[in-house]
Amino acid sequence: MRIKKYSGLLIALLLLAIPLIAQSNYVYGLFIVVGLYTIIVQGLGILMGYAGQVSFGHAAFFGLGGYTAAILTTRFSWSPLPALLAAVFLPAVIAAVIGRQTLKLRELYLALATLGFGILVSIVFAEGGELTGGPSGISGIPHFQIGSLSFDSDGSFFLLIWLLVVMLMIGIKNLIHSRTGRALCAIRESEYAAENAGIDCSRLKLQAFIFSALLAGMAGGLYAFYVSFISPSPFSFHASVQFVLMAVIGGLGTFWGPLIGAMVVVLLSEVLKEVIPLIIPNAGGEYQIIIYGMILVILMIYQPQGLSSLRNRISLRGLK
Amino acid sequence: MLLQLDGVTKHFGGIAAVRNVGFEADEGKVLALIGPNGAGKTTLFNLITGALEPDQGVIALKGQTIKGLKPFQLAAGGVTRTFQNLQIFNSMTVLENVMAGAYLRGKKGFLRSLFSYHGWCKEEKMIREKSLVLLEETGLAETAGRPASTLPFGQKRLVEIARALASDPCLLLLDEPAAGLNSEESAVLTNYINKLRDRGTTMILIEHDMETVMNAADKIIVLNFGEVIAQGTPAEIQAHPEVIKAYLGEDEKIA
Ligand SMILES: Nc1ncnc2c1ncn2[C@@H]1O[C@H](COP(=O)(O)OP(=O)(O)OP(=O)(O)O)[C@@H](O)[C@H]1O
Ligand SMILES: [Mg+2]
Repeated sequence: MRIKKYSGLLIALLLLAIPLIAQSNYVYGLFIVVGLYTIIVQGLGILMGYAGQVSFGHAAFFGLGGYTAAILTTRFSWSPLPALLAAVFLPAVIAAVIGRQTLKLRELYLALATLGFGILVSIVFAEGGELTGGPSGISGIPHFQIGSLSFDSDGSFFLLIWLLVVMLMIGIKNLIHSRTGRALCAIRESEYAAENAGIDCSRLKLQAFIFSALLAGMAGGLYAFYVSFISPSPFSFHASVQFVLMAVIGGLGTFWGPLIGAMVVVLLSEVLKEVIPLIIPNAGGEYQIIIYGMILVILMIYQPQGLSSLRNRISLRGLK
Repeated sequence: MLLQLDGVTKHFGGIAAVRNVGFEADEGKVLALIGPNGAGKTTLFNLITGALEPDQGVIALKGQTIKGLKPFQLAAGGVTRTFQNLQIFNSMTVLENVMAGAYLRGKKGFLRSLFSYHGWCKEEKMIREKSLVLLEETGLAETAGRPASTLPFGQKRLVEIARALASDPCLLLLDEPAAGLNSEESAVLTNYINKLRDRGTTMILIEHDMETVMNAADKIIVLNFGEVIAQGTPAEIQAHPEVIKAYLGEDEKIA
């Protein structure tokens, strides 16, 4: 009983111990990326899995966060912490503007609006001239720093990111088990009935959307500080689809889903990158994408509820 | 007087679903709305809850017009309903359904929910306890932890009523609560409605089953083709020639 209740936490802690034991920058790097994506997918998970809305533009918020942090620190010599706050704030404001118009309407309007927005923003990044550095991007972004505390090593940045992930997950747990979390679920199940219970559906959906954009912005800002160089490519439409995929693969409306989804997608593409050249020599990148796609399709067919529901099955068989 | 309708009209395309309807619902009384299929009963509920706006006429709650108010605002004003075609939160448990119905009893918004540790939340405890009381009353206590989708139809209807009651409404609208129930389930439901009435809950009840209506209602409104063709006490309605003609057919008698 108790083991089952805490099994997710145990597994997560064990996984987090890996980089600390390995002490390799490559492993740190992988986990940092997983952590950043987890932050994004957590927000997307609230939006999709609880409020029942889809966004195909989260890479744009991710990118806006990244570019805001990069531009403010390199062009305007802001220090990293206020730049990160701006990277959180700007996407939130933009999400408020987009969401206010589209979330009053039901169903797919948000998906369409964010799709268009994502494409627009990636064009702005690529064609932004001086400000965004065009296709070649911005380099020389400083390390993240709070006062005299500098996160200049991969190890320290890893700890920072995962501290944020853990804090975020506690917050999300609180949210899910609150009246607001229930209200979000209710909206997904029946807007008529939710309104009838006194829930202001469009307002709450808007809040969920802003929350998710803000998290993507934060991840973007942190990403910029981590890699010290950004260009338009990680913020393309393709990345938006990846985020949606992570949310779905992990399991919508589940607590562990976003973490599992981010981890599986990142590790899978990493493993494929290593393994495929061994099996098929001189294979180009397209093999990787094909096999990657096939695995995802198979996952979705056999585990349509997402991977986090696998846990229940395993623990039911094993621990009961 | 709690609710007042005056000259309310609603068209869908060329059809007048509700035409020049006026009536009053008094506090602590049960009003029954009857009429054949398509008479405009559900449309009236949609108008009273703000889901639709009337083309003409005034709807007033506690003496104030509800014009422009959305359903969630009217819910805050104390009007809740159940749905003829169930709108259960299927993937949530029975208890969560009712707790979601108690939304208005809590205060914590998005941010405060994020930052206050869920295990220690007093508001959450209060909502849970009140919801459990409602489940107890509706005989659903044993199903509290089950996903609502797994309940039989009759119990789903009860979940909707419990959910609607969870917000402490001053006016409860029940849209054919007994439709699709077997006689046993229907008896449980009628029983509960009578209990609510005795407790002084103001209700508007749409119901086809005459026995239930005659027993439960203080006043009956008869609609036909969107118009009120008669209103009065159960005894008056039973004797009303128009009603016998329009609603029951010439040769039928009301039990
Ligand atoms: N949203 C809508 N759009 C178009 N027509 C509608 C709509 N809602 C109701 N109607 C029409 O209005 C009329 C009244 O419908 P309503 O659902 O109010 O009847 P009712 O009295 O509840 O009937 P029933 O006993 O079958 O539930 C019907 O002719 C129906 O087709
Ligand atoms: Mg109806």
